[in-house]
Amino acid sequence: MNDEPKGKLALYWAASCGGCEIAVLALNEKILDVDALFDIVFWPVAVDAKVHDVEEMADGSIDVCLFNGGIRTSEQEYMARLLRKKSKVLVAFGSCSHEGCIPGLANATNRRGIFDTVYHQTPSTENPDGIEPQSKTQMAEGTLHLPVFYDTLRTLDQTVLVDYYLPGCPPEADRIWDAITAIVGNDLPPPGSVIGAETTVCDECPLKRNEKKIKKFYRTWEIIPDEETCLLEQGLVCCGIATRAGCGARCPQVASPCIGCYGPNKGVHDHGARMMAALSSVIDSDDPREIDRIIRDGIPDPVGTFYRFGLAASHLRRAKPTDGNGALSKR
Amino acid sequence: MSEQIFKPKIVAFLCNWCSYTASDLAGTSRIKYSPQVRIIRVMCSGRVDPSFVLKAFALGADGVLVAGCHPGDCHYIEQNYKTMRRHSMLRYFLEQMGIEPDRLRLVWASAAEGQYLAESIDQFVSDAQKLGPLNWSDVWQDDNRREEAFEEIAAEHAEALEVQA
Repeated sequence: MNDEPKGKLALYWAASCGGCEIAVLALNEKILDVDALFDIVFWPVAVDAKVHDVEEMADGSIDVCLFNGGIRTSEQEYMARLLRKKSKVLVAFGSCSHEGCIPGLANATNRRGIFDTVYHQTPSTENPDGIEPQSKTQMAEGTLHLPVFYDTLRTLDQTVLVDYYLPGCPPEADRIWDAITAIVGNDLPPPGSVIGAETTVCDECPLKRNEKKIKKFYRTWEIIPDEETCLLEQGLVCCGIATRAGCGARCPQVASPCIGCYGPNKGVHDHGARMMAALSSVIDSDDPREIDRIIRDGIPDPVGTFYRFGLAASHLRRAKPTDGNGALSKR
Repeated sequence: MSEQIFKPKIVAFLCNWCSYTASDLAGTSRIKYSPQVRIIRVMCSGRVDPSFVLKAFALGADGVLVAGCHPGDCHYIEQNYKTMRRHSMLRYFLEQMGIEPDRLRLVWASAAEGQYLAESIDQFVSDAQKLGPLNWSDVWQDDNRREEAFEEIAAEHAEALEVQA
């Protein structure tokens, strides 16, 4: 493209599913342009560079680091701090590093609860000796280490300073390309901004909207919605009203309600709170008992519905763990 | 030292037209109510976004009181009905988050009900006292071994984390 020295790009994957890594490849042939613009110095999924290679780099020598995933273990926290130190621009890439996403939903429980489920209770688990991962194991050859698993998943910016955010689960390829061109062209918003749209999914949604008055919420399997009318008006909990645009309203267009993966819109910190505010406004009842019934019958899991992507980044960050009987416990 | 009585921190959002005026009336009438309550005046109880309530809890409130005009009397016609629905929604959500829903209270107090508002505040403070401290930041900060674990890794890689001149 030109003779200027190439920039240095790093990508890292912490507590996330890996979809963000694939989203980068969804750039298709533009990935070649990325390669023309940047030397990829660290990308464990695709490039053979080790942690010690990063450790040996000079501070601030990586131009851009796209970091996906939340911070769940001590090793991830170390990598976040290391990459922060080595990078000029650190981008929280995707919903997990931006606001916790599905891994952050595990903040409804804690380490003990997660281990009980994963290593003991699931029907497909066979673990007669009750073995759980240990952070240190003594062997004849020496001590083996595993990262320590935290109780609470933190977002990237709850761990280190983040320059930019790229929302989405995963970010759409077009939005990734917009961000890359903004970085290369030095056409960036002020640090701390989300690189993306500043409106809601409703603005991109082609479905017809009238007045919203809801007597009953339905779950997706309970009704077959009319494909031309706003899904929320039909009683499906569509998070588009409180969610940042950028996806092109892909889900509502195929009659599947928005689940909120692009996170809160500009100026909103707590995605679920905004969703609760918006949804409360459209419930068509002024009788406290009927309101309670509409909410409790129609929304069996408020945390999972309103904070599917934003629990870790919310004001409360996590739920208070309860003991097996549902009573509050101090852990 | 004798055990100190727990004094809950209560954040109260009072609407400009009824409940805040009621608190004013309580003041001018020399009606006493608990000093544990920190009053924030909002134009309407419908202005109280759920995030205000959650932020109050996150920053250390032990209870949150929202007070507005009686249903049907809202200065903005029907916004207090939205408050009613949000209250219902929030209580349901708080339950799932492990916060006692009774830490959130909704009171309707008209501009003439200074006495009633003062009594409601006292009642809420005493109820919150029975629930005990919430200390929300402990819930996420007190992460078993987190700091210890990180320091261990940091010590192994001390050179890499060192600040370079």
